[in-house]
Amino acid sequence: MTRAFLIFMGAFAAILMSFTALALVPSLQLAAIEPTPGTTNYTFEERLGKQVYMREGCIYCHTQQVRPNGFGSDMDRGWGPRGSLPGDYVYDDTHQLGTMRTGPDLHDIASRQPSRDWQLAHLYQPRSVSPGSVMPAYPYLFEVKNEAEVRASEVTVPISGDYAPPEGQVVVATDEALALYEYLMTLEMQEVDDS
Amino acid sequence: MPESSASSDGTLEANWRRTVDRSTKWPVIAFIASGTFWLLVGSVLAIIASLKFNMPDWLVQQGWLTFGRVRPAHLNTVIYGWISMTGVGVATWLWARLLKTRLRGQGLLLTSVGLWNVGMVIGTIGILAGYSRAIEWVEMPLLAFAFIVPAMAMVTAAFLLTLRERRVHHLFISVWYTGAAMLWGPFLVIAILLPIYSGVPESTANWWYAHNILGLWITPIALAAAYYLIPKVIGRPVYSYHLSYLGFWTLALFYNWAGAHHLVGGPVPQWTTTVSIVFSMMMIIPVVVVAVNHHLTVVGHFKKVIYSPTLRFVVFGAMSYTAVSLQGSFQSLRAWQEITHFTQYTIAHSHLGVYAFATMILFGATYYIMPRVMEWEWESPRLVSIHFWTTGLGIGIYITALFIGGVIQGLQLLDPDVAFLQIVEDLKPWFWVRSVGGTLMTIGHFVFAYLLYRIIMRQGAPQTGPTYFRPAPEDMFRSRNTESAPALDEQPGL
Repeated sequence: MTRAFLIFMGAFAAILMSFTALALVPSLQLAAIEPTPGTTNYTFEERLGKQVYMREGCIYCHTQQVRPNGFGSDMDRGWGPRGSLPGDYVYDDTHQLGTMRTGPDLHDIASRQPSRDWQLAHLYQPRSVSPGSVMPAYPYLFEVKNEAEVRASEVTVPISGDYAPPEGQVVVATDEALALYEYLMTLEMQEVDDS
Repeated sequence: MPESSASSDGTLEANWRRTVDRSTKWPVIAFIASGTFWLLVGSVLAIIASLKFNMPDWLVQQGWLTFGRVRPAHLNTVIYGWISMTGVGVATWLWARLLKTRLRGQGLLLTSVGLWNVGMVIGTIGILAGYSRAIEWVEMPLLAFAFIVPAMAMVTAAFLLTLRERRVHHLFISVWYTGAAMLWGPFLVIAILLPIYSGVPESTANWWYAHNILGLWITPIALAAAYYLIPKVIGRPVYSYHLSYLGFWTLALFYNWAGAHHLVGGPVPQWTTTVSIVFSMMMIIPVVVVAVNHHLTVVGHFKKVIYSPTLRFVVFGAMSYTAVSLQGSFQSLRAWQEITHFTQYTIAHSHLGVYAFATMILFGATYYIMPRVMEWEWESPRLVSIHFWTTGLGIGIYITALFIGGVIQGLQLLDPDVAFLQIVEDLKPWFWVRSVGGTLMTIGHFVFAYLLYRIIMRQGAPQTGPTYFRPAPEDMFRSRNTESAPALDEQPGL
């Protein structure tokens, strides 16, 4: 009994150590961290938009972490004014840092591309504004309906060229698409004093 | 116990083995068959996800088939369905064999299979239906884990019950790996489900977890199978017991610190990534130890891979283990991460680990185990051969494409003068090659599933001897034919 007990308790102790260090200690270390300037809690709609972002798995192609100067070329690409900081994420119950850049980083997308028309058109059909993109289209976040039936409160999306809807019809954003846009607009980084 | 030279001892030993093998029959069949079902589901999801890079407007009308849902559904079905369930099936058989006792807790294990499958159905449909938790490697909704965690705990309980009744004094190294995995696996899943993480600390917990599911759940089971099967098939003991203990303890102590290297350059506390880089480099020790041990066990017997399906798959897997682990150590370095992180290279690396290493070993183990629990041979060596070549070549094509494509992608990302859409454009040919490799692998999986179905149903022409790719020379597998190999599990150890 003793040998088996020692082997397996030893193995268990090993994992407890790294669990404490890598899963628990960072929580304690960053427990009192302040949000960086410009980082605010989500509104109801932004939170809904983040749910859509998570549901559709945007994380599998887009990161939300800008590398600091001297490591990679994120800032030279105009992806953000500084490297990302822990204070940028204090309101993220579920982090969306990501590990893959099949698409560009989005941590500062609101500064780079604030246009709602562009963002919605891009979600409806990425190739209508970014030829050659491999991003999926999300037609189910939009409705294509007769121009006459569009209510004043609804947001129409201008689509021209190959992907335009048939004559007399327009693309209308659903609440989910609008919420996703609002969430994307929370992804904005401000410069901070070098701390 | 000395080598079973006397024929009466040999018969006794064979009878005893048959009793133990029979006691594992239904749990082993249930876990391996379920795992293989999820392999097929996961492969189909993988093909869909892969083709979407080539045809981004294909299957976009409904949310449940969008890339961002199909991809995590693929990952979860292959990790928690295929690798985990088949791994438990293989581990169950190894456990009873190596403890030389009938399997205890069959009821627990069969209940576990049921719960586990229910959890997988809920989890897979949940992700596709839009209930993903969006935490990488833990996407399935909590309801799915409400079934899977008790299922894992039942496996551990059955293993402990069996351990208590063991009839061996010495614990073979595979018992160490398997037993440790049965503690590590459930602990990991419970730990990551705790509702205590958010923001950046959640990301370190996330990657501590995800890396350890590979390192402390999948890897030890696959290594346990390799440690048992390589010596068993070639009929000589493990080269060095002392090396195997060293390999075990260094893996146990080092691997679980390595995960945060997924966050190098990110907004996490510097020390977490530094610690992970250090331990990733230290992983060279257990990896080289295992590689040397396996190599020196096989040396001089290498040509047996021409004949034995088990040996061919397992050796392929063991060599991939060395490759993926050494690569993993070096790619944790900042200079390497700067290029390859965030690129398709990472996808290639993870498939080298989970597929070329662990999956291939599980294939090999299944080829060894099923005839023993079914008392029936594989129907067709030709189909086994097709399975090997489609999966072997398929994964080779897959990882080559994404390694090359990923490094090009990484170098271009470092050059701000290369437009982003140009990088996407240059990746497209590699995505096509990847789809070809993935299709080959999927064909192999269906062949494997067919063979598994046939042996479980005891269909096909009965064969007298073990299945070889081609007729093996007399005496080459003496040990396998007579079931009187050196009693590996009784070697003097520590």
